[in-house]
Amino acid sequence: MKNFALALAASAAAVIGFSSAAQAADKTKVCYVYVGSHTDGGYSQAHDLGRQQVQKEFADKVETSYLENVPEGPDAERAIERLARSGCSLIFSTSFGFMDATVKVAAKFPKVHFEHATGYKTGPNLGTYNSRFYEGRYILGQIAAKTSKNHGAAYIASFPIPEVVMGINSFTQGARSIDPSFKLKVIWVNTWFDPGKEADAAKAMLDQGVDVLTQHTDTTAPMQVAEERGVHAFGQASDMIAAGPKAQLTAIVDTWGNYYVKRVKAQLDGTWKAEQTWDGLKEGVLAMAPYTNMPDDVKKMAEETEAKIKSGELHPFTGPINKQDGTPWLKAGEKADDGTLLGMNFYIEGVDDKLPK
Amino acid sequence: MTIFEAILLTVITASTPLVIAALGELVTERSGVLNLGVEGMMIMGAVAAFAGAQIFGSAYVGILCGILGGAIFSLLFAFLTLTLVANQVATGLALTLLGLGASGMIGESYVSIPGIRLGAIAIPLLSDIPVLGPVLFRQDLIFYLSIALVLGVNWFLFRSRAGLKLRAIGDSHSSAHALGIKVIRTRYLAVMFGGACSGLAGAQLSLVYTPQWVENMSAGRGWITLALVVFASWRPWRVFAGGYLFGAVTILQLHAQAFGLGIPSQFLSMLPYAATIVVLVIISHNRRTTLINTPASLGKAFVPER
Repeated sequence: MKNFALALAASAAAVIGFSSAAQAADKTKVCYVYVGSHTDGGYSQAHDLGRQQVQKEFADKVETSYLENVPEGPDAERAIERLARSGCSLIFSTSFGFMDATVKVAAKFPKVHFEHATGYKTGPNLGTYNSRFYEGRYILGQIAAKTSKNHGAAYIASFPIPEVVMGINSFTQGARSIDPSFKLKVIWVNTWFDPGKEADAAKAMLDQGVDVLTQHTDTTAPMQVAEERGVHAFGQASDMIAAGPKAQLTAIVDTWGNYYVKRVKAQLDGTWKAEQTWDGLKEGVLAMAPYTNMPDDVKKMAEETEAKIKSGELHPFTGPINKQDGTPWLKAGEKADDGTLLGMNFYIEGVDDKLPK
Repeated sequence: MTIFEAILLTVITASTPLVIAALGELVTERSGVLNLGVEGMMIMGAVAAFAGAQIFGSAYVGILCGILGGAIFSLLFAFLTLTLVANQVATGLALTLLGLGASGMIGESYVSIPGIRLGAIAIPLLSDIPVLGPVLFRQDLIFYLSIALVLGVNWFLFRSRAGLKLRAIGDSHSSAHALGIKVIRTRYLAVMFGGACSGLAGAQLSLVYTPQWVENMSAGRGWITLALVVFASWRPWRVFAGGYLFGAVTILQLHAQAFGLGIPSQFLSMLPYAATIVVLVIISHNRRTTLINTPASLGKAFVPER
């Protein structure tokens, strides 16, 4: 009987499992590892849309496949190694927590090429890629400052890692470029994915009088709460307009497809090299969802800011900027360097929260 | 609405699914069956409820589908562990894995579709009481059901003949069998009741808490439920208290952050778990009564002698 239960467990694992079309020997195999499911409506789905774009672009030359719901940790190493053994020549591991696993497998398979999203460890056959999400968040901050009636917004945050802190700071900087009295409240839910808890956090903030929400968590639950309560919110990773037709102002949308196509092309041409890429609005790895539910002048301002960031005229982190306690960080006209941003572990002025250590 | 009322409303929404699923598991475990598949049954209930509501355009049909979804899914567990006498722990874990995978597959076409929210029913007169009226008596059907379930399960287990038999089976299935009580049949029903409750809790998630379908949306609530039952030493009122304590601390820690009290958020996130365990352990600290309440044949296989 135990065997039966185990067989059941195995078949359940297979449901979570591996999607692969019939193999064709002459095609280049490009493989993806997702932390969530390819239909999570957020982060992993955005990567999968990129994969589909690759498949469409190189339909006759490339075969793509993916492993989904791969937990961060020891399991990730097994999953990535399985892909490397199965003949994948280019593997994208798409979550920060796959970093060490990817490094280990890359060392074992020197002929296979690896790319790890949002990490910082590299190797001769291991590159990294990331998106300048903070550029989008700066625009969100500006819109929030124009929209809020009480000079503030609430930020539903996942974990206090540099990526998230950078986003909070960029949002605040954008808002204070419009309204110097703007205060940002931050609420930590300590999860990437829990619709109920994200909704609870949103409700708690709205009950305390906040009228604009933004989030760095993965589900549309906060957007849905904003819609029900008749306030405004920003979407995250995907266009969340379906969950908040009257609530969504805009969303920062991950559009990895262009990058994936570029890298797969390099792989096919034999010019692939391990690189560290950090692209933004200009290169098209993130995009702003349509600006909705706002007056025309706010929309115009947002579009202008977007254009300035794309042209390089505006860098969100340009001095003078003080740290939260008032000590100077950047002098007037000084721009933050990438290293500081990627390791950001302090708040800037205007954030109404104590950074968890 | 005052902030106090607003907090109470959020606490109720957060606690209701825990209480419902825990009551179902409590009855299952009182009959001597350990079903670790609550998370899987809950998520199956959530997807069934969402799909039912979408197909028939009614949240009430959704509730029914959620209950049925959970109950039918639990039949699989009952068949494997009661008829085929498979290991309950392994089968329960498998049920959770299967539920998470299968619900994702069933729900694939429902991702990012706006859900149908279950409406509130105002109870005449009572809903006009200041403060408590709007909070307690202008609620949705699932909340009223959860209160009825606490009272009903408590009455059933400790005041009815059938409940006495069920507890007798949980304490010693061999003795109960010798007395002519139908052990397997009762356990089938107890498992299905647990499945139905988990399904109802899932329906609350996808129709009330966050009216939408996202894969894995139960996010570990089934596991919290399992812990609640044990720490509440298999008593319905303690399960109720534990569920609400957990919900209340979860919500209050979010408000504490919003007020900016300066307490580390990681500590606050841990607080619901710690507080619930500590309080339930304290109220259940009497070893003798705890032993009496623990179903003695919990998790043990039963093969009737022929």
